[in-house]
Amino acid sequence: MSNIKTFYDLINFANSQNKKIFEICQENEAYEMETSIENIRNKVFDNINVMKSAINEGIKTNEKSLSELSGTDCYKMQANISKASLLFSNVMNKAIVYALACCEQNATMGKIVACPTAGACGIIPGAIISISEELKIDKEIQINALITAGEIGRIIACKMALAGACMGCQGECGVASGMASGAIVEMLGGSNEQIINACALTLKNIMGLTCDPVAGLVEVPCVKRNAFLTIHSFTGANLAMANIKSFIPLDEIIDAMKEVGNLMSVTLKESSQGGLSTTKTALAKQAQLEKIWKNN
Amino acid sequence: MENTTSLFDIIGPIIIGPSSSHTAGACRIGMIARKIYGKTTLKKVKFVLYNSFSKTGKGHGTDKGLLGGVLGLKLSDKNIKYSFKIAQEQNIKVELEYCDDFNRHPNSVDIIFDDNKMKISANSTGGGEIEVVKINENPCRLKGDYPTLILNYKDKPGMVSLVTNLICKKNINIANMTCSRSSKGQIANMAISLDNNLDNSDIKTLENMEEIYFIRYIEALEK
Repeated sequence: MSNIKTFYDLINFANSQNKKIFEICQENEAYEMETSIENIRNKVFDNINVMKSAINEGIKTNEKSLSELSGTDCYKMQANISKASLLFSNVMNKAIVYALACCEQNATMGKIVACPTAGACGIIPGAIISISEELKIDKEIQINALITAGEIGRIIACKMALAGACMGCQGECGVASGMASGAIVEMLGGSNEQIINACALTLKNIMGLTCDPVAGLVEVPCVKRNAFLTIHSFTGANLAMANIKSFIPLDEIIDAMKEVGNLMSVTLKESSQGGLSTTKTALAKQAQLEKIWKNN
Repeated sequence: MENTTSLFDIIGPIIIGPSSSHTAGACRIGMIARKIYGKTTLKKVKFVLYNSFSKTGKGHGTDKGLLGGVLGLKLSDKNIKYSFKIAQEQNIKVELEYCDDFNRHPNSVDIIFDDNKMKISANSTGGGEIEVVKINENPCRLKGDYPTLILNYKDKPGMVSLVTNLICKKNINIANMTCSRSSKGQIANMAISLDNNLDNSDIKTLENMEEIYFIRYIEALEK
C-alpha cells in the first residue's frame, strides 16, 4: 500500500512532483495492484456507473422499505424539484435527490457502492453526479474527482476505522462529506491545498456526530442525513474555492476526530442504546419490528 | 482497517446493502470461514453474534450476510436476502445466538461448523473489511486481502524456514506473516499472506509433511 499516511506528506509529495492528488493516488494504486493506471481509472468508472444506476433505480422506486421507515422521500423530493417553493440552485436540489436515491436503494438491499460505507453511500454520488450533470463535467474529470475522494478517505482510514460502531457517524457520513468536498474542489479546478482545506473545513463541522439509528436500521436518520451532509460538503468546497483556510491542519483534525470517537459512549456508536434510538417513538417502532422479526 | 487500505476499499466495495460492516463485512466473514473450514458438505452452522452485531444484526441482515457468505454467495448477489431459504434447500441447519462481551470488538462473531468441528472468531472492522482473529482458539490475523497459507504444525526448530523456503523457491513474496504456539514443543500456528498464488502441487508437498497437522490455502477474498 502507499506509504503516504498523512495529508502533510501527501501534499508535500504531490507538490514536489508537480502533480494533483488523484495522480499520486492512481500511480500508487496501479503499482500496488500490479496493473496500469488506465485499468485503475476504468475500475473507478465502473463504480461511477454503479452509483448512477443506484440513483436511477432509486428515483424510479416509490416503495417503502420492509421496516416502512424509509423509501418514498426521494420520489417526493424529485416531484417537487422544479417547484419555485424550493430554495437553492438546481444542482443542490439534484444532489439531495441523488443522495436520497442511493440510500433508499441501500435500505432495501439494493446494489450500491459503499463510499466509504453503505450507510454513507449517498453523499459522494450525490455531489459528484449532480455537479457533473449540471456543469457538464466530462467523464475523465468525474474519475479524477472520485479518486481524489478515495485518497482522502484512504488517508483517514490509516488512522481510524471508518465504522459507526467504532467512531460514530462522524466516521461514516462525516468522513464521506469531507471526501465529497475534496472531490467537488477537484471538479471545480481547485489546487491540492484547496482540496485539503475543503476537507478540513467540512470535517471540523461534523465532529461528534453520533450513530444512533432507530431499531439499528440504516434508515432513520441515515437516509436523510446523507442529503444533509451532501449539502454540507458544498459549503466546505465553496469556502475552500474562495481561499478560506482551516486554522487547524487536516491531520490534527483527524486526530481530534479519533479522540472524540473514542470518548463517545458505546451507547451512541451503532448499538441502538442511546440518542435517537431510545426516544419514545423509536422504541415503539423497535418493539413493533422485533415482534415481526421474532415471527420470521 | 488501519494501514492496509486500498483506494477500492474506500470507494467500494460494490455490495448489497444496507450496511458495509453489518451486511457486506458479515458476508466476507462467512466466505473466509467456510474456506478455512474447507469441507464441501456442511450439515450445521452456528453463529454467535456479539455486541453491535448482536444488538442490531437482525435489522441489518447480518445473519443473512454471514450465512450467504458461508453458502458462497457473492457480495453483490441479490440472493443474500434469501440465504436462509437457500440453506434450508441444501439441508443445512442454522443456529443463531446473541451475546454481549465488551472485551471483544463491537462487530464480532463466532462461527461454529458441524457441532464444534471448527470454530472461527472474526471481526468486521468497517467498510466491508474483516479480520479473522482466532481459529479453534488459536490467535491469528487474517484479513482475506491476499492469498493466505494457514498451517498448524509441531513447534520445533526449522519449521518456519521449511515453509518459507518452499515459497521462496517459487519466487513469491511474503506480504505478512504471523506465528504463535500454545506452549513450547506443542502445536504452533502460522499464517502467511502472499503477493501471488501458490500452485496446488506446492500445497500437496506441505500436506504430505508429517509434522504439519493442518493446512489450508485460501485465495484472496472477493471485494
